[in-house]
Formats: sequence, structure tokens, C-alpha cells
Amino acid sequence: MHLSRLKTVRPLLFLLVLNCVPGEAIFAEPDAAKLVADSLQAFYHAGKDMRAQVTMRLINAQGKERKRVMTMLRMDTGERGGQRYYIHFQNPSDIRGTTFMVWKHLEREDDRWIFIPAIKLVRRIAADDKRSSFVGSDFTYEDVSGRVADDETHTLLRTEEIAGRVTYVIESEPKERADYKHRKSWIDQSHGLPLREEFFDARGEKVRVFVADQIELVEQHWTITGRTMKNLQTGHRTQARFDEIKYDIGLTEEMFTERYLRNPPRKWIR
Amino acid sequence: MDPLRLVAVIACAVVMIGSTMKQSYAGHVDLSGFVQAQAASLISDVGCSPGTRCSVPFNEQRVQLKADAGSEEGSVAFTGKIDFINDAALSERDSRTREFYIDYNSGSFTVRGGRQIVTWGVGDLLFINDVFPKDWVAFYSGLPLEYLKLGSDSLKLDLFLSSKTLEIVVSDFTADRMPDYKQFSPFPAVPQRSIKEPGEPEIALKLSGYLGSWDAAIFASRGFYRAPALTGNSAELTAEYPRLNTVGFSLSGPLAGGVLNLETGYYDSVDDSDGVKSTINNSQLRFLMGYSRQLGSETQIGIQAYAEWMQDYEDYKRNRSALTLPDKQLRTVATVRFTQQYLHQTLTLNLFAFWGAAEDDSYVIPSLRYAFNDYLWAEVGANIFSGSRHGMFGTLADNDNIYLTVRCTF
Repeated sequence: MHLSRLKTVRPLLFLLVLNCVPGEAIFAEPDAAKLVADSLQAFYHAGKDMRAQVTMRLINAQGKERKRVMTMLRMDTGERGGQRYYIHFQNPSDIRGTTFMVWKHLEREDDRWIFIPAIKLVRRIAADDKRSSFVGSDFTYEDVSGRVADDETHTLLRTEEIAGRVTYVIESEPKERADYKHRKSWIDQSHGLPLREEFFDARGEKVRVFVADQIELVEQHWTITGRTMKNLQTGHRTQARFDEIKYDIGLTEEMFTERYLRNPPRKWIR
Repeated sequence: MDPLRLVAVIACAVVMIGSTMKQSYAGHVDLSGFVQAQAASLISDVGCSPGTRCSVPFNEQRVQLKADAGSEEGSVAFTGKIDFINDAALSERDSRTREFYIDYNSGSFTVRGGRQIVTWGVGDLLFINDVFPKDWVAFYSGLPLEYLKLGSDSLKLDLFLSSKTLEIVVSDFTADRMPDYKQFSPFPAVPQRSIKEPGEPEIALKLSGYLGSWDAAIFASRGFYRAPALTGNSAELTAEYPRLNTVGFSLSGPLAGGVLNLETGYYDSVDDSDGVKSTINNSQLRFLMGYSRQLGSETQIGIQAYAEWMQDYEDYKRNRSALTLPDKQLRTVATVRFTQQYLHQTLTLNLFAFWGAAEDDSYVIPSLRYAFNDYLWAEVGANIFSGSRHGMFGTLADNDNIYLTVRCTF
């Protein structure tokens, strides 16, 4: 009995000794690309699926406000990085019932459809530019459904404490031409969610700022329930609030087809 | 008041009462609507006195009331949409039931019964397998696009067969609303006209599914042309709607960062299968190819090429009326749509142009819409027809108009 114990302890001791030897491999800085990939995972892929009631307040520089209220359904598919999104608008009444459906792919452009209830029209729409504004807000489609870590190169700049939280500060530069030259993100070291992001244009001017206003633990997933994106050039900002969040509700890929685009699944859609 | 309207009013009242008792109501009830004013003034010089119906052929105010209700689990749902219209140009008041239907949803099928709008096909303002009724008067006057589609009293069954959907629509016949002498020139006042509407129902089928990332559908229908064939003499005319059968398919999918749309259909003119009757359209093959994509973050462009290929053309030429120029065997139309949005998508510039390549005519619709807030928008635009008067668009060349629409939603 003693002998068998010793057999297991010996390799452990050996490992401990190894760990005490200073070496680059062991004390290397965390890999920036891995931190970003993990952060995107925590931000956009928590749970197998999700439902949320989203309220966006679009506020211009003069303080004039518009409002978009929608239900969002999201699920991950088996495909690497693949997701399905279903966004059903309840307000304002002029766009009530309008629905977006997105099949998000890692390897190629997304498939995107819109349903216009007034004429019962389902139309496939071009999804080439993920950086166009989502329903006139300061969030782009990419901000809503997440970007791909491999589309940018990432550099860890430093660690920094903001609002009492320790963060990694990472600079990311798109590999292809985008609406920003580079962005900086402050990623919380404990749960991996971005607390702040700043987007810079080619002249190095800060153009957009994202702030996670509120982060809550929802069913074991740390979730950004309040977020703001501000356009510094126009002074326009969008505040988004995620309520009634539920994870792992059992969505299937069938929910993200033309059938449900035409006829919303009432179990999840108000 | 026709029975449908009466039922609609009663349903609205029930829904309103229901909404005040929401605590005890297990499902959902939504009431909404809008107030809208729209006027269009002619811009081509056809010798109209200013301010008359001739110079301002469209001037209407309308209120739309909409009610949606449904059971909590979603198995039963109701939608009703009624427009109350004051037509100041024609000095008429009217109410129209745009939609009024009940849905029953089961796991494997949905039944929708009542007045409903059905839109099929992948064309942008060009229709092949969308054989459902349309209101061309609303379209040419600049009313919002939703008014191009008319509802019909139908029973629609959607069957969900694993990855495919089969839709079956059985409808009472509804004619297209076509331009006439009341608001268009130079359409002569029609003499005594007896209209014979088909008595038998129409049926349309669609089987659709995904082929990878492509949307594919096949269509078939048995029905009638929605524009009448006129027979008789100048003293008395008979308007009949000839029989029409169609079959076709459509494909829509991603290509080079944009969307490619393909659609084709065969129009079988059953009452004139040999093409010998001059008043009835010959059979046709119709083709459509369209491509749309983004040009910038707030800019979209779409182009389409469309063709109608008349069958039995020699018979048509031998038997046609000598009073008009002959139609070409191949009628081709190209379209372009350009959309640009500004100011956080509150200002939308849109340009849609048809070019009738075969008939050498065109139809251009520029428009600018501004949303003042979430509840109020206004749109100014124009309908400009030009080219050969024999062409489908050129024939409306005296009706160029500029329109203004203001809508307040609630």
C-alpha cells in the first residue's frame, strides 16, 4: 500500500521541482489571441442557447430618444463558431412583428433573412458588411452577434485595474479593411467579459466606445445585462438592456427556419 | 355594412374589452394602428386646372386599426386590420378589411382562414409565381408598398414535412385593382360594362426548403388572370377573367458577398391554349435573375433582368387586333434599386427604376423618407413614366406625379 502511494507521489514531486525552475515556457504571458477567443466565448456563446428581452435606447447628441424593443433567441450549432439568431421586434409599432434571422458561419458570410409582416414577405438580405448599423443603433451587426477572433491580430498591452476589477488590456487590429483601424479592450481577468472597448480610426482618433454598464450572474453564466455604445464623432449613443434572460431553454435548429420566421414561436416570443 | 366588416368591428370590440381584462386573459392582445394622409399631384402638363381632381388625382386620409390576439401557448391566433378611408379626390368614404384571419397552429401544420395577404417568389416588384392579387392604383399613386398587395378570402394550409414546407392556398377570386379613367389619363370612360367574375375557387401550391444555404421552392397554381379580357363593342363591353395555370420554381442564395435570386414560371393560358384569341393573353414563359448586395455600410444596390417569352407568336400575329401595335415575342425589363440611409437610418433615400428594354419605356420611382421619431414619418417621392406610349409604363406617361405621405403610428 505504501509503495503504491509513493509511486504516485514521486512524479508529483518531480513536477513540483520542475515548476520551480525559471523558464519562459512556464512564466509566459497569457496568449492574447486565446484571451480574446475566450472572451468572445463568454460574451456570445454562454450556454447552449439563450433567450432575452432586449431594449435599445437610441439617443442623439441633443438627447432625443428612440426605442427598439425585441426578443432575441440564440443558439450554437454543431458547426465551429456557427450560431443561429432570431430577433423579433415588438416596438415601435411601425416595425412590430418584423423579424431578422441570421445563420452565422465562421468560414464564410452569414445568411440573413428578414420577415416584413405587412406583406408577409420573407426576403434574404445581403450580409456582406457585418459592420453596418443594427437597426440604426450604434451597435453593428457584429457587435450584436460577435466577431471572429481570427479576423484580427491581438497584442496584450498590460494589465490594468478599472472600477476595482483587474483586466487585461488588449489591442486588436483587423486583418482586412474595416470601419476601425484598431480597438482596445479591457477584459476582466476573472470572468473574461469585456468591461470596455475603444475603437480607433486610421488617424488614431477614438471613434466609438463600448462600456459594460452592468454584469450579472445569470444561471451560472456571467452576462452583460446593460451595455452602452457611444459614437464620439456624432455624440449619438445606444444603451441596451437585456432582461428576462434564460439559458439552455432547448432551442433547436428548426426554430431558425422560414416556418418560424413567418410564424413566431409563441412559447418564446411575446 | 357587409358581413365581414361587421364581424371585424365586433372582433375589434371584443379585443378592446379583452385588453382591459388582461389579468384574467391567458393569452396576448395587441392593439395598434396609424393615421395616414397621402396626396399626389400631377407634374406632367395634361391641361388640368390646378386643384381639381384631374391635377390632384390622389388625396386621401386613412386610419388603420389593427388587432392581434393569441392564446398563451400559441395554438390559436387572430389578426385583423381594417382601413377607414376618406378619399377626398373621389369624394368617397370607405372602409376596407385588409386582413382578417384566424390561425390554428399544431406541431406539424398551420391553418389560416380568412382574408389574408400571401407573398411568394423572389422578385423585387416583378412577379412570376406570386399570382396573388395586387393593387396597381395604390402602387402608381405612391402609397406605401404594403398597399400593392391585396388580401383575398382564403384558406391556407401549411404542412411541415421534415425539412420541407408544403403550402396550399384555396381562395375566392379577387381581381387586381387596375388604373381606370377616374384617376388616370388618357383612360377613356368605359361604356356599359358587364363584369363576369369567376365563380370557382383558385388553388396555389408551394413546396419549399433549404438546399444547403439556398432557399428553393417549386410552385403551381390553378386560377385566373387578374386583369380582365374585354370583349364586345363600343356600346357594351364584357369583362371576363380568363383561366390561367402556372408552374415555376425559385432559388435564392449567397453569391460573392451578395444575394442571387432566380425565378422562372410557365403561364398556361388555358382559354387560349393555341394563341388564336386576340383578347386573351397567349401562354408565356417568364424568367427573372436578380442580384443585390451592400455597397457600403448604409448603401444597398439591387439589379434584376426579367423576360416574358410569348408562346404561339405566329398565331398571335395572325389573329391580333389590327388597331394596336403588335407586342414583341420577347418582352424584357431591367430594374435597379438603390437605397442609402443617413442619420442613424432615420433618413432613407430610395430609387427604383424599371426599364422596358423591349418596349423602350421606363418607370422611375425616387423617394425620400424621414422618421421624425418612432411614431411619425413622412415620405416625398415621385412616379415618373416615359418612353413609347405602346409600352406598359409609357402608356401612363400623362400620369407623372409627385406624392407626399405622412404617417403617425400608435
